[in-house]
Amino acid sequence: MRGVDIMGIVSVANLKKTYGDFTAVDDISFDIQEGEIFGFLGPNGAGKTSTINMIIGLSRPTAGEITVDGIDVRTQTKKAQALMGIVPDESNLYNEMDGFDNLCFCGALYGMRKEEREAKARHLLEQFRLKDAGKRPFKAYSKGMRRKLTIAAALIHSPRILFLDEPTTGIDVESARQIREMIAGLKNQGTTVFLTTHYIEDAERICDRIAFIAKGRIVASGTVPELMESVSHGHAIQLVTDENAESLAAELQGRFEGSRVEVRPDHSVVIISKQRIPLLPVMEYYNDKGIAVYEARELRPTLEDVFVKLTGIESSMLKKEKEKGGAGR
Amino acid sequence: MKSWIAFWNILKKDVKNYYLKPPNISWGIIFPLSWTLMQLIRTPGGNILQLLPGLISMSVLFGTTSMLAVTITFERSGRSFDRLLLAPISLSTMVLAKIMGAILFGVFNAFVPVIFAAFFVNLGAVRWAVVLPAVLMIAVTSTLLGLLIAVSAKQVFEAQTFSNFFRFPMLFLCGLFVPLPSVPVFLRPLSYCLPLTYGTDLLNGAITATSSLSPVLCFSMLLAFAAALFMLCRYNINRKWIL
Ligand SMILES: Nc1ncnc2c1ncn2[C@@H]1O[C@H](COP(=O)(O)OP(=O)(O)OP(=O)(O)O)[C@@H](O)[C@H]1O
Ligand SMILES: [Mg+2]
Repeated sequence: MRGVDIMGIVSVANLKKTYGDFTAVDDISFDIQEGEIFGFLGPNGAGKTSTINMIIGLSRPTAGEITVDGIDVRTQTKKAQALMGIVPDESNLYNEMDGFDNLCFCGALYGMRKEEREAKARHLLEQFRLKDAGKRPFKAYSKGMRRKLTIAAALIHSPRILFLDEPTTGIDVESARQIREMIAGLKNQGTTVFLTTHYIEDAERICDRIAFIAKGRIVASGTVPELMESVSHGHAIQLVTDENAESLAAELQGRFEGSRVEVRPDHSVVIISKQRIPLLPVMEYYNDKGIAVYEARELRPTLEDVFVKLTGIESSMLKKEKEKGGAGR
Repeated sequence: MKSWIAFWNILKKDVKNYYLKPPNISWGIIFPLSWTLMQLIRTPGGNILQLLPGLISMSVLFGTTSMLAVTITFERSGRSFDRLLLAPISLSTMVLAKIMGAILFGVFNAFVPVIFAAFFVNLGAVRWAVVLPAVLMIAVTSTLLGLLIAVSAKQVFEAQTFSNFFRFPMLFLCGLFVPLPSVPVFLRPLSYCLPLTYGTDLLNGAITATSSLSPVLCFSMLLAFAAALFMLCRYNINRKWIL
């Protein structure tokens, strides 16, 4: 199965989805390698859910190819679905059933035998620290608990690929932390994970590779260092000095060829340059002027800066909570 | 085997969570009972045996269509229905599992008026070998009709409005209240397009020996309706729910 290895366990080519005149997903292509955690990072309405829904077979692509473990999802949907665990953006288990029954029912949908699914359900409840809640109906769960049980339900049949649509959106900090830990644990067991999020920190902390998605297109993708690299940023040093150093900014800029000196609102001085900046000459310059330097450090761009630069979208757009009651899924 | 496990558990879950819930059970008993009593009061001394086919049909029709419209639309709006669409079982298996609960519920409802009637009249002359399959086929066709409505409706409320829109005209055209030969000629073609017409005729024949069509024709028509409705529902689900 060499071809499959090269293609990746999930392979998406020129995927497109239109709703009437509106193009929600616009010619997206990407591969997910077996065992990696791949994430879509993008703001509301970027097309994350639309893409996931096409891959899992809940929605029909307008155009494009999708294969999962070499299986064409469009023609052999059910065969491909047997390999998938799916966590939708809404926690959608059965309100009137308790946690244990919900998990067992989901196991049964994948053809698991009674003893097998019950043992796994007990194990998952314990792993997700929901053991005490196992006998309570789903409708009595808190948001974080609902999220965790929904993830557990997707894992009951030990899928090879787990799809998580916004696993940590709108839940408490502690549950979100447990979910991140759980995802890391899955990777160790060899499960492939595809997740979407609009939290930069989550993408950075959880994912091996990230794709920035905006207005239905993948703007950039790669590992965090690769993404950082892709934006040609200069080097920057931030210096915390005596206050009277501010007036010397222009002079300092003249001293160092090709550099730009900015004074930050906190009165620190930032030297920006194409090349790396050696510290000693700067220190000597200040020393000669009789100015004390208390702190000097290199400023590195954050993933947030890279995202803003590549997508042209303000990072505040990502932080905006999901608008409820918008257009369907 | 795997499909069978899924089928059985979907059915079991529906029966446990929806059909065996006290309000639905009591609805299933009270509704046919009150129809029976109403008919008795309306025509005092009327022959219960003559009322029985109508009561059975109505109980089945209302039981199945209302339950199915609610269970499916309800799960659709809570999005838990997506789980069934995403499970690695064929759409046919899933649809069969979903309608089986409603069919059983309909058959159960059918026997409430029968048991009630047994206290008043001698049911010795009734041909049960015809009544049983007829009840089953009425349940199957009206469940599928309910499913068709559920596929078209977005909310529980809408589903119920739709089903009333279908159910009441159906009761008047199927030969229950107005015998088939007395239905106005211009409406009669419509009567022949309703599965309930054939089911009612079978029951009339088996219970009061007053059928107007041949049982073979009736059963064939009911089977044809069931198959056609099943295909139509499957097609619609595939087209409408997988966007
Ligand atoms: N069924 C639909 N009919 C019409 N438009 C739709 C439908 N589903 C999604 N859209 C539109 O497609 C675009 C992409 O939606 P999608 O849900 O994929 O975004 P998303 O990235 O998942 O956003 P969010 O972070 O809000 O979940 C949105 O503008 C949305 O309004
Ligand atoms: Mg989404």
